[in-house]
Amino acid sequence: MSDTPAEVIGFYSTQLGVDEAAAESVLASALGRGGSFAELYFEHKRSGSLSFEDQQVKSTQASLSQGVGIRVVEGDAIGYAYTEDLSLDAMRRAATTAAQIAHGTSGTDPVDVTSASYPADRYAIASPSTSTPLADKVELLRRADEAARAWHSSIARVDASMVDEEKRVLIVRSDGRMVADYQPLLRFNVSCLSEIEGERRNARWGGGGRMGMAYFDDHSPESLAEEAARQAVLQQEAREAPAGTFPVVLAAGDSGILLHEAVGHGLEADFNRKETSNYSNRIGQAVASELVTVIDDATLNLSRGSVNVDDEGEVAGHNLLIENGQLAAYMQDRISSSHFGVAPSGNGRRQSFRHSPMPRMTNTYMTAGQDDPDDLVRSVEYGIFCKAFSGGQVNITNGDFVFSVTEGYLIENGHISAPTRDVNLIGNGPDVLSKVTGVGHDLEMSDGRWTCGKSGQSVPVGVGIPTVLVSGITVGGTQMQPGAGMSA
Amino acid sequence: MATLTLSTEPLEIAARLLELAQAAGADQADAVAVSSTNASTTVRKQQIERVSESTARSVGLRVILGGRQATVSTSDISDAALAETVATALELARVSEPDPFAGLADPKEQANAAPQLALFDEQIPDVDGEHRLAQALSCEDAALAADERIVNSGGATFSTNFSSFALVDSNGFSGAYSDTSASMWVEVMAQEEDGQLRNAGWSTSERSLHRLDEPEDVGREAAARALRQLGASKASTCEVPVVWEPRMAAGLAGIVAGAASGEALYRKATFLADRRETSVASPMLTITDDATLANRLGSRPFDGEGVVTRRNSLIERGVFQGFLFDSYNARRLDAASTGSAWRGVGSLPQIGSGNLSIEAGATSPEQIIGEVEDGLYLTTLMGFGINYTTGDFSRGAAGIWIRNGELAEPVQEINVSGNLLEMFQRIDAVGDDPQWFGATSAPTLRMSRMTVSGA
Repeated sequence: MSDTPAEVIGFYSTQLGVDEAAAESVLASALGRGGSFAELYFEHKRSGSLSFEDQQVKSTQASLSQGVGIRVVEGDAIGYAYTEDLSLDAMRRAATTAAQIAHGTSGTDPVDVTSASYPADRYAIASPSTSTPLADKVELLRRADEAARAWHSSIARVDASMVDEEKRVLIVRSDGRMVADYQPLLRFNVSCLSEIEGERRNARWGGGGRMGMAYFDDHSPESLAEEAARQAVLQQEAREAPAGTFPVVLAAGDSGILLHEAVGHGLEADFNRKETSNYSNRIGQAVASELVTVIDDATLNLSRGSVNVDDEGEVAGHNLLIENGQLAAYMQDRISSSHFGVAPSGNGRRQSFRHSPMPRMTNTYMTAGQDDPDDLVRSVEYGIFCKAFSGGQVNITNGDFVFSVTEGYLIENGHISAPTRDVNLIGNGPDVLSKVTGVGHDLEMSDGRWTCGKSGQSVPVGVGIPTVLVSGITVGGTQMQPGAGMSA
Repeated sequence: MATLTLSTEPLEIAARLLELAQAAGADQADAVAVSSTNASTTVRKQQIERVSESTARSVGLRVILGGRQATVSTSDISDAALAETVATALELARVSEPDPFAGLADPKEQANAAPQLALFDEQIPDVDGEHRLAQALSCEDAALAADERIVNSGGATFSTNFSSFALVDSNGFSGAYSDTSASMWVEVMAQEEDGQLRNAGWSTSERSLHRLDEPEDVGREAAARALRQLGASKASTCEVPVVWEPRMAAGLAGIVAGAASGEALYRKATFLADRRETSVASPMLTITDDATLANRLGSRPFDGEGVVTRRNSLIERGVFQGFLFDSYNARRLDAASTGSAWRGVGSLPQIGSGNLSIEAGATSPEQIIGEVEDGLYLTTLMGFGINYTTGDFSRGAAGIWIRNGELAEPVQEINVSGNLLEMFQRIDAVGDDPQWFGATSAPTLRMSRMTVSGA
């Protein structure tokens, strides 16, 4: 079973000697030079990984990472320090280091800590994978391996792995708020290599979430492995993708990566507070086609990007970012919400206690529209249909973003035809979103496989989207099209 | 003094962990311990934005029991936690499966003396917050003052780090070293007449303070790069010569090193498989991996398995020389370790490069550009569009269009693509202007043709 918040608090107190009195004492040191706010982020994380290759277990790993990150805020500036040593002396020393951001000489009033509750647990799980016998996990990997090999005779290699963690988080703030959360995370990965007459193609697939072993009730290792094998074999027949600007149909699910890059990062409030985003000062303005409504939602049950409370102790929420093409709100952390004078949106996240929080996405998706997905494909004379991706990136300031397609097809005369080799697509956020000319009724969330990087910090996220037609995106293939002339 | 304290403590903890593992019955084991003190100051618009300082430390243990291996790491170094680490490692190893290739490095290949690589700058542990602040302020100030069109900043950061790495194994290897680094980074935005912003960043990173570029130079470079993107538009789709500025060319060296990983070879997941001692690039291309260069960020006296580091030739005049190996993959493929193992506390050794260098040519960058009638000068790449198995390359890009041998107007929101093996063969000019970027040195390169996708 997942720990309840009270159990997490009890764990810190009995196992690690961190209780309310200790936290109050460390907060007093943190505010010793008069900072306006301080926060302690305690993290205790156990993680494990198991990898399987050449039809046997290759390695088993376990790790324990624990510590406290101490942040002192003074205006828009922060002082940050962390320690893995949870003795009172070591924590007070780290607090004193973080306190140096403030320039006062005397401390503020003592903090009286009280435990706060939150409405619901979005990932209370019955059977954490971290307490599952290793032999059971090995069996899942073996099943994946066998299924991929059985799927096609050209599958020459299968690598499968399972990575999981359980994180106990305790946040104590100088406003007295104390919250605790138990955060499980599971990911299952399969990579397949297809080899036909010396031609090699590979593909990866996987999934997971804030789930335990129940993930496998709905996602068999076989289905994940067969999907990786299918994509690898498909690539054997892939043709060069075209070069130039073409209509693109994005399949429901993983294509949500487009939103993550095209608008998601640009709507994180730190960039907008600093006016370095191409969405700065545009609240209320049209930034997308009227067909586009985008939500960041930390409350989806069991999803990889969900959190009960963010890493600053705020209750995480369901936040409308773009409504019918109009920019509704940014994703906020503590510093930015105070700058904009709005309520925190629960998007203050961090990689670990070694990192300070900043506005981050949770699960970001576009709401369903009215169109029949098949009609969207039929409406395209010549274009690209995109289904699976390896990643994306965005330049926040000029709005250019890319995403790399690993499973794509040509659309010719309204029909999906030949698969294409790996190809990158590049667009500009507001421009591409204004060219959304069709939105399917088939919203789908991606399975839990995405990790988002920002300023050197990685956090797990979710993405989702219905089938979407974009009237033009630049496709970075190598095949020159008739009519795509040389530049003057 | 600082050196001694830093390197002894991790070595002692690693030795204690190894001793516990051997006493508990591990056939073979190795232990690593790392300690790293990082301090950084970020300013934005000449105000302090973030100040941080912390020391991280953790230990890792690998045990091998009847050919079955497991690794366990912890950031809790209390006696109880170390004992639990050993117990967990043995328990995990028992449920693992025997791997005939699992094992430690061959003691004959391990280092028995530490070469003088000048990895530690005695000044760095003593750098105080005021110095970091002053450097960050100067760097950002130079960028903001460069031109009135520089209107905003993403901030400037100055950071210092000193670390120790210790490794002990049950064959008797015991080694530790300490190193330092300092870096400075700034990003600024230039404004178009219509209010749109164009951003650019620049950085410097070295083992010692005195080797860093001056803060003002870093700031001015970032500003110049933001300014030259003003007015950028999308190019038309075409096939043209592409000139890679040194920073972009450095990325190509990293791709070659990744494709030359012995593990990728074992997995058949590299376009260089089956190509050893064959021509994979233009004869103008020579790339070397060398972890023994003094003062360099990719240097170290021994690798993550204690194997002595060395110079490894990757591509010599266009001919692929061979793969990089750790001991495990070397055993699996009947090769020898090239001293290329990197070891984190929580994982098995992984293959990686030391310092990468693309050998300079004799042509000036002006001439390389001057010979191009119509083409792209590449200054930015975006995204993950590299397929190491097939060599397919397709990435977002920005840069400056070359017209009649001159850098003309900036371009953005374009894509460059090709297959890496073809791209390497199409290198038809190598500059005389090598520059270091972290652990990689590269000059300007030109490829005779790539596909540029745009409007």
